[in-house]
Amino acid sequence: MLENFSFRTITEYLPLFGYGFAATLWLSIVSFAGALAVGITLCAMNLQRSQALKVPAKIYIDVIRATPLLAQLYFLYFGLPRLGVVLPELFIGILALSLNSGAYVAEIIRAGILSISRGQVEAGIASGMTYFQRMRLVVLPQAFRVTIPPLLGQAIVLVKDSALLSLISVSELTRAGQLLASDRFMPAEGFITTAACYLALYYGLKTLAASSERWLRLRPTGNLK
Amino acid sequence: MIWQQLQSLIGSYPLALRGLAMTIALSLLSLILGTLIGFFLGVLRTKGNRLIIRVIGAWVDLIRGTPFLVQIFLIFFILPELGIELDAFTAGIIALTNLAACFICEIVAAGIRSVPTGQVEAALASGLSQWHRMRQVVLPQAMRVALPPLVGQYVLLIKDSSVVSAIGLTDLTRVGWLVVQRVPNGLLVFAIVGAGYFVVCYPLILLARRLEKNMNAAHGEVQL
Repeated sequence: MLENFSFRTITEYLPLFGYGFAATLWLSIVSFAGALAVGITLCAMNLQRSQALKVPAKIYIDVIRATPLLAQLYFLYFGLPRLGVVLPELFIGILALSLNSGAYVAEIIRAGILSISRGQVEAGIASGMTYFQRMRLVVLPQAFRVTIPPLLGQAIVLVKDSALLSLISVSELTRAGQLLASDRFMPAEGFITTAACYLALYYGLKTLAASSERWLRLRPTGNLK
Repeated sequence: MIWQQLQSLIGSYPLALRGLAMTIALSLLSLILGTLIGFFLGVLRTKGNRLIIRVIGAWVDLIRGTPFLVQIFLIFFILPELGIELDAFTAGIIALTNLAACFICEIVAAGIRSVPTGQVEAALASGLSQWHRMRQVVLPQAMRVALPPLVGQYVLLIKDSSVVSAIGLTDLTRVGWLVVQRVPNGLLVFAIVGAGYFVVCYPLILLARRLEKNMNAAHGEVQL
């Protein structure tokens, strides 16, 4: 039973968990920035008329969505050295997370852009705006508002997915739990503390998503003033 | 060189078949169990008493807020401490079923909430019992909204089943991991592993898209 649950051991390992928490946090932030870059590029390719740009983006998105992140991670982890690219595990992890989340981000942004009614674009054309002016001044400011809540949802998924990096021995939160579990044979203490740390991140992001939604609802046409 | 690797890859096909069988068994079992439990919880979530709603909501949040890998470790290493002996396969099934049930519960609950109150009131006025209201009026309409995300959830479930390789189950991903120790060509090995998942998941993704399109079309009809 769990009656000998040792809080003292957890306090002993607290610095390790603090380090893991910080590592998960910053590697998630870096990966999310990477995912945004990948996603915006893919989405821009996907919205072009030229098939040469559109088809590769579509194939990439479908392949990423139909295969597990763990297989993608191992693909890079075992595959990159084969190509002569030797990177530390941490970089491989961040790369895998960015490439994986990027496909989902691309779909979110595309849905946001397509949600802008055709009339807005036509009005832009009628006012003599160029493609980039229409995008920058009409479509993107409105699409931006629609995409914020689902993007934060994707950020939550990314933070949770980053736990898989522990399997290629990146030292982050789950790894900290594994260390405590194997050093002291205390899996309960290790993994419950890990879970609690992830829950803290989850509730933080969830509150942010809820408040952003409220903020956006209060200013339905804020950018059109 | 590449030829030798291919030959040794072909040699390990019994292992690959075993891995594929394991992935299919895990996904299918937890998919069926998770759907049944998820539906039950989803109905309770909208119609049950307040305490039950709270408890389900808290549990769903707990599962949504933690990585699946950590959930598997918790189940696999902590249930034995509580006196429940279980092997890796059972632990994997419990973890996947629990995950699926939580997400499906939310999907079903959202579907039920999307049914206009007028429908329930009309059913009440026609003297239908609570069971009949649910089964004949609310659920058929809720299903229409719930079906596309439900299929999407099945794709996630199949993909998440790869994580159980962390507790030593030889599923498709684990097989890739084992083979890559002998055939040092990660690109080739994991491309094949990925292809294995792709042939199962991609048709489901297409199905979800099709369902969503049909649903939008059907809704358009109703609004006319």
